[in-house]
Amino acid sequence: MIDRQQVLHVARLARLRLSEQEVERMSSELSAILEHVENINELDLEGVEPTTHVVALENVLREDEPREGLPRGRALEQAPDAGDGGFRVPSPGQG
Amino acid sequence: MSAELLALTAAQAGERVRARELSPGELFDAYRERAAADEHGSYLWVAEKAPDTPAGAPLGGVPVAVKDLFCVEGVPSSAGSRILEGYRPPYTATAVEKLVRAGAPVLGKTNQDEFAMGSSNENSGFGPVKNPWDPRRVPGGSSGGSAAAVAAGTAPWAIGTDTGGSIRQPAALCGLVGLKPTYGAVSRYGMIAFASSLDQCGPLTRDVTDSALLFRHLVGRDACDSTSLAFPEQVELPGSERLDGLRVGVWGLDEEGLDAGVAAVCRRAVDRIEELGGSPTEVQLPHAGHGLSAYYVIAPAEASANLARYDGVRYGPRSGDGDLLSLYEETRHDGFGDEVKRRVMLGTYALSSGYYEAYYGSAQKVRTLIADDFRAAFERVDLIVTPTSPTVAFKLGERTADPLAMYLSDYFTVPMPLAGLPAISIPCGLSDGLPVGLQLAGPAFGENRILDAAYALELALGFEGVPRGS
Repeated sequence: MIDRQQVLHVARLARLRLSEQEVERMSSELSAILEHVENINELDLEGVEPTTHVVALENVLREDEPREGLPRGRALEQAPDAGDGGFRVPSPGQG
Repeated sequence: MSAELLALTAAQAGERVRARELSPGELFDAYRERAAADEHGSYLWVAEKAPDTPAGAPLGGVPVAVKDLFCVEGVPSSAGSRILEGYRPPYTATAVEKLVRAGAPVLGKTNQDEFAMGSSNENSGFGPVKNPWDPRRVPGGSSGGSAAAVAAGTAPWAIGTDTGGSIRQPAALCGLVGLKPTYGAVSRYGMIAFASSLDQCGPLTRDVTDSALLFRHLVGRDACDSTSLAFPEQVELPGSERLDGLRVGVWGLDEEGLDAGVAAVCRRAVDRIEELGGSPTEVQLPHAGHGLSAYYVIAPAEASANLARYDGVRYGPRSGDGDLLSLYEETRHDGFGDEVKRRVMLGTYALSSGYYEAYYGSAQKVRTLIADDFRAAFERVDLIVTPTSPTVAFKLGERTADPLAMYLSDYFTVPMPLAGLPAISIPCGLSDGLPVGLQLAGPAFGENRILDAAYALELALGFEGVPRGS
């Protein structure tokens, strides 16, 4: 069961504001989904190696050669607020 | 557009162009007009004019509809999300680039569930898509716009992406062929990421030959995606009419939750496999039933990390008028839809301190068990067949109130991507007048064998793939 406090904590971790109504709904929906997901606890997972990547790949390396990147102007042209050659944001605030 | 032109498969249309019986510009314009007049909500953007197709290009200038989450330079690419509304990428996805170079210009960008999260296309930030077989029903998802476009004949063929079934399930619900390739076969560069260890690009087409043809031009290692791999052999156009000697494992036909009508149509298809000389036997995949649970931990966990980049700083709309933290939180509150918020929350929870091992760690172990199940099965059989979707296309609104009921749509399609394996869905008949899909899965890089078997079965089943809404 995911309670209201946990929903608010996770929302803060995810940098996501939820409306009062969304907090209520999230609590019951996440609880139902997690209850279903927990059926994996029926399995004996002792000693099983986790899979992080499905295809056997060694580290893929390339030569460290300088290349052209995206020009600054192009990188900035989709920004909601750009200025002085960078992305402009409000003050991070206190704390 | 003439009925004769519309009746051509993409491969046939390409042949006509190469034989100079049809100009690529005429073909493009005919489809462009149909796409612009589409009434199913399939498109988010339609190209305005025919680009020049190089003479002799192998795909003959036959235009392709592209799921919105592929970046196309200068073209709106939003992955179906309001948080990317108006975004025009400065570069093009490798998969799209390769198709354009091979002579398949971009016809339009197709509607989808937001960030590919959904099985009905109802989670799009830009409205739902209607199933051309019955406009009161969903086309499936998340590549619902690509599927509806091909089924309605507003595109000759399309590409989509599949993370847990997002190509195969809409293909099944719209009476099409949908191929999810082996993980790594197609570059993910320029595909707006959902769950990076699962996402793969593949074709949605009217028939198996078109699927093979488009797939042939999608594969290949790409320096921009270090998880991509060189396809180990030439992708062949299928030609076998028999399945002699083919050992086919059958899985899932007795599963609880499988609609009786769907099961009956799939059983008849299995009988056809035997008539064609194949030998169907039941196989066990003891952990595949837990695939859904593992999937709904792994995919949201990866999504919660991938979607952290949408913060209102570098692109897309911005909300909030306070400090930086409130800018992030308000932008994400306003920009993400309900399902995306749910998955970001689920994923963040599963990765958070104290829960990581119990959820994400365990899910990755289940993934190993499922891959081992397939490995063991493929020692006894060449291919595995299952239903693609537990039901035919459901009604719009029917499952939106219950996220878990929607997730169950993916029961038969999640085990393969968890194991990185290729699988195709082909139409195998009708139940209640709506298409049923049969899924054929194979070992990694077994696409040629899958396509060949699918082709023989397609011929024998004789599914009437005439586009609707024409």
